[in-house]
Amino acid sequence: MDLLSPIKDHHSERRVFIARVILTSVFGIIMLGLVIARLVQLQVFDYEHFAERSLGNRIRIEPVPPIRGLVFDRQGRVLAENLPAYQLELIPEQVSDIDATLKRLATLELIDASDIPRIRELSESGPRFRPVALNPRLDDEQIARFAIQRPRFPGVDFRPRLVRHYPHGESIAHAVGYVGAMSTADLEKLDPSRYAGTTQTGKTGIENSYESRLHGDSGFRHIVTNARGRRVPAESRDLQDTLPADEHPTPGDNLYLSIDLDLQALATEQLAGRRGAVVAMDPWSGEVLTLVSAPSFDPNLFAVGMSQKQFSALQQNLDRPLFNRAVRGTYPPGSTIKPMLALAALETGATNLQRRTVCYGFFMLPNTTHRYRDWKPEGHGEVDIHDAIAQSCDVYFYEISNEIGIDRMHDYLTRFGLGSDTGVDVVGEHEGLVPSTAWKRKAFRNPSDQRWFQGETVIASIGQGYMLATPLQLATATAALATRGVRYEPRIVAAWEDPLSGERTLTTPVRLDDVELNDDTNWDTVIGAMNSVMQGPRGTARAVGSGAPYRMAGKSGTAQVFSVAQDEEYDEDEIEERLKDHALFIAFAPIENPQIAVAVIVENGSSGSGVAAPIAKAIMDKYLGYADADN
Amino acid sequence: MRITETQRLITGKAAPLSDFTRALRRLHLDGPLLGGVLLICGFGLVVLYSAVGENMRLWLNQVVRLGVALVAMLIAAQFSPDFLRRWTPWAYIGGLVLLALVLITGEVGQGARRWLDLGIRFQPSEIMKLAVPMMAAWYLHDRQIPPRLSQIMIIALIIVAPTVLIARQPDLGTALLIAASGIIVVVLAGLPIRLMLALAVLSVPGAYVLWIFMQDYQKQRVLTLLNPDNDPLGAGYNIIQSKIAIGSGGLFGKGWTNGSQAQLEFLPERDTDFIFAVMGEELGLLGVLTLLTLYMFVVARGLFIAIQAQSTYARLLAGSISLTFFVYVFVNTAMVTGLVPVVGIPLPLVSFGGTSMVTLMAGFGILMSIHSHRKLLPQ
Repeated sequence: MDLLSPIKDHHSERRVFIARVILTSVFGIIMLGLVIARLVQLQVFDYEHFAERSLGNRIRIEPVPPIRGLVFDRQGRVLAENLPAYQLELIPEQVSDIDATLKRLATLELIDASDIPRIRELSESGPRFRPVALNPRLDDEQIARFAIQRPRFPGVDFRPRLVRHYPHGESIAHAVGYVGAMSTADLEKLDPSRYAGTTQTGKTGIENSYESRLHGDSGFRHIVTNARGRRVPAESRDLQDTLPADEHPTPGDNLYLSIDLDLQALATEQLAGRRGAVVAMDPWSGEVLTLVSAPSFDPNLFAVGMSQKQFSALQQNLDRPLFNRAVRGTYPPGSTIKPMLALAALETGATNLQRRTVCYGFFMLPNTTHRYRDWKPEGHGEVDIHDAIAQSCDVYFYEISNEIGIDRMHDYLTRFGLGSDTGVDVVGEHEGLVPSTAWKRKAFRNPSDQRWFQGETVIASIGQGYMLATPLQLATATAALATRGVRYEPRIVAAWEDPLSGERTLTTPVRLDDVELNDDTNWDTVIGAMNSVMQGPRGTARAVGSGAPYRMAGKSGTAQVFSVAQDEEYDEDEIEERLKDHALFIAFAPIENPQIAVAVIVENGSSGSGVAAPIAKAIMDKYLGYADADN
Repeated sequence: MRITETQRLITGKAAPLSDFTRALRRLHLDGPLLGGVLLICGFGLVVLYSAVGENMRLWLNQVVRLGVALVAMLIAAQFSPDFLRRWTPWAYIGGLVLLALVLITGEVGQGARRWLDLGIRFQPSEIMKLAVPMMAAWYLHDRQIPPRLSQIMIIALIIVAPTVLIARQPDLGTALLIAASGIIVVVLAGLPIRLMLALAVLSVPGAYVLWIFMQDYQKQRVLTLLNPDNDPLGAGYNIIQSKIAIGSGGLFGKGWTNGSQAQLEFLPERDTDFIFAVMGEELGLLGVLTLLTLYMFVVARGLFIAIQAQSTYARLLAGSISLTFFVYVFVNTAMVTGLVPVVGIPLPLVSFGGTSMVTLMAGFGILMSIHSHRKLLPQ
C-alpha cells in the first residue's frame, strides 16, 4: 500500500487534523466543564458546609481554669496559695506511640517509671486532645534536660501552671486538707462546665468541703491552631479577628479560717512523735481555733502530685498519717465524760452533794463477784461528787451508775452532742457512739446480745465499753460545759471574700439547743470540781494547773485499749507501746469567762493528766496570752 | 465578521506588525503564546508566594527557575521544525538509554528511582515528555494519514517502551502522561473512531490488569478517591483537606495569604501538587476560573499554531504539546477537587519545582518555533 500511495494528500490530511482538533477540543471542553462544575459545587453550593469545616479545623475552644481561692488563718496568714510550676504534659492525639515516648522520658528521668501505667490509663480515658500531666513539677535541671530533647518528643511539652501550695505544710494538713488530681469519680460528680480545664479538686478538709466556693467558674477562650494542634501566636494574621468572644473565668472565693496558725503549730509541736489529736474552740461561737491530728503529712505532695512509691509509703505507714484523728478518730472517752455524768446524776437525783462513798479501789455489783477496778488500786478513801471528779474516782461513778441508768446517761451525754455529728464544716466526721438499751436492741441481731447488762452501765460510767467519741466531739462537749449549756456548731471557716470586689461575708455561728438544767447551781458544782482537777490540792492534773495566772477547768481521761484480767497487775514497760492506754484531757479557761475549750487525745499516752493535760494547758496559755509568762 | 480581541490574539489576524512584533519574530517567539504563558507564570508566582508561607527565599528560588525555563524556551524556539525532526530518533533513543540507566543506577528519592546524575541531576523521563510525541510524529511524518493498523502498532510500541520503563521507576503519573502525549499524536493523525471505541471497551479488562500491577500505595489512592471519608486521617486526609480549602474559599476567596487551610498547614503539599487548592481558598471561584481561562487561552493558541503548521510532523507535534498541556491542567485540577485519584502531577507553570517547568517551556519553545519558522509568512 505504501508503494501505491506514496504521495501525501496534504489538504485531506489537514482536514482530518482539523476535524480531530475539533473532536479533542470538544472532549477537552467537556472535561474542563466537569472540573468547573465541581468547583461550582464546592465553592458555591457546598460553600457553607466547607466554610464551617474550615473554621472547625482551626478554632479550638480551650477552657481557662479559674484561680482557686486562697485560704488564710484567723490572723490573715496564708495557709493555702497558688504558685507557678512547670508541668510536663503529653497530648495523646499528637503522640503516635505513647508507650515508647513514656519509656524514653523515663530513661531521661523526666518521669518516674512507676507512674507509667497510671499515665497510660489517664491518656486513654480523657479526650485525646486534653493534655495529660506527666510530671507535675519539673525542677530547673529537668527543664534544661527536656529543652534539649524537645524536638524528639512531639506532643510532649512543658507548661507553666499554678500549683496549690501549703506554706505551713504538715501543721495545717488535716484542717485545710489538700487538693489532688481529679479522679474519674470526681469528674462524674462535678459540673463539667464549671470544671472545664480544671485538673485538681479538693480532696479533704476545707479544700473539699468548700470546694465549690474555692473553685470559681471556668472561662474559655478560642484559639487558632494549625494542623498539628499547636497554637498559632496571636499576632499572626487577621485570622484572630474572626474569633468569637472569650469568657473570662471567675476566681474562687478566699477563705478566712477561725484556725490560729500559732496554736496549730504549737499543737503540732506538742504532739510531735506521737499519735493523737488536739481540737480547740471558742465556746461562745463554735469557732475552731485548732484542729490537729498527728502524725501529719505534707499536703504539697498531693497538690504537686507524687510518685506511686511516695503514695504507698503514706498509705502503708502504721501510724496512718493520712487519717484525720481529730474528726474521724473514735476513742473511748474514759473519765472525760465524768463531769457530764455528774450533772446527770445530780439532775436526776442519783446523787447529791452530801453523798459520800468510801473507795477501796474496786466495786462489785450486788450478788456478783466481778470486781470493777478503780484506776487507783489502793482506792481514794472517802469521796463526794466533787472529789470523785477532782480525783477521778471510778468507784463513786460505778456506784451511782445504775441509779442514773444507761438510758439517762445516754440522754445527758447526747445533749452535749456526743453520739452524733457535730456538724463541723469538714466532711467525713464520725458520729461516735453513746450506747443505750434501744441502741443495743438495734445493734445486735442475736436476742441474747440485745439485752443490756448492769455491768455494762458500770463501765459506761467511766466512758468505757461501747462508748466512743471523736476529739472534736469532746471539744464541743467541753465548750458546752464552759458556757454552762450554750452550744454552738463547730465551724472552721469564719469568712469568705470575693477576690474581685474584696467583699467579705462572715459565717454566722449556728447556735444549737442549750443543755438546760433544773438547778443551775449544778454547773457550779461540776465546774468547781473540774477546777480542782487542775488547781485543787488533790486534783489529778494539779501538777499542770497549779500556779497558773488564770483559773482553768479540766478533766483527765484514760481509755483502755487492752483489757487487763482480774486481779492482774500490769507493768507498763512490758506492754507493747501500742497497747498502752490512750491519754485524754479536756479543759477550758478562764473559768469566769471561758474563751477556749480544748480536747486532747494522745494514743497510747498512758496518762491523761500526765501526757494530755500539759498539751491542753500549753494551748490555753498560748491562746490566753500567758505563754511567755509560763516559760 | 468582526473578530473579538481574544480571537485576534489566538489567530494573530489583522494585527499590524509593530517593532515589538518584529523583535519577537526575529527571536522566533510567538507574542500571544508568550503573553499567555507569562500571565500564568505571574499569576502562579503570586499564589506561590502565599503557598510557601511568604518565604522570600523559596519564592526567589522559583523566580530563578522560571528564568531558566524561559531561556530553555528561547533556545528551543531557535531550532527549526525540520532540524528537530531530523534529530528526533536520536533524542528518543538517547532518552530510552537514559531511562534504562536510571533503572540500573539511578538515585533513589522518596521510594522511587527517577534521578540520573550526569554532571547535572535530572530526570530522563522529562526528555521523554517531548521525545515520545516527537517520535510518534516523526514516524507519521512521511506516511499516509490516517495511519493503518500496522503503523498504529509500531507507534504503540514507540509509546509503550518508555512508558513501561518509567512506570517501573515507579512513576505512574508521568508514565500515563507520556503515554497520553503519544496517544494524542495518533488521535490527531486520524486514529479511526471505531478503533478508539474498541480500545475504550478493551480498557475495562485493561484497567483490571493495571490494578494487578499497581503498587499498594497506588491502589490505596484509587480506593481513597472512591471514599475519602473512609480514612479521614490517613490516605483520605489530603483530599478532604483540599476540598475543605477550595469549598471554604467560596466565590471570592478568603483573601491572598489569608487561607486558614493553607496557612495553618491543614492542606498538604500546599506549594506543589495542591497549590490549586490554595488558590481556590484564597482567591475563590473567580481566581481559579481566571487561571483556567488563561490556561485555555494558551491551549487554544497552541492548537491554532498546530492548525497553521506546514508539515505533518510540526502539526502533530504542536497539537500533542498543546493537548498534553491541557491534560496536565485537567489531571491536577481534577485531582485536587477530588474527581480523580491523587497522582503526583503538579499544576503546570504554577507549582513549586523546576524540572517539569523547563520541559514545559521547551515545549512552548517548540510551538513557537513551529509557528515562526513557517514559510511564506505575512510580512
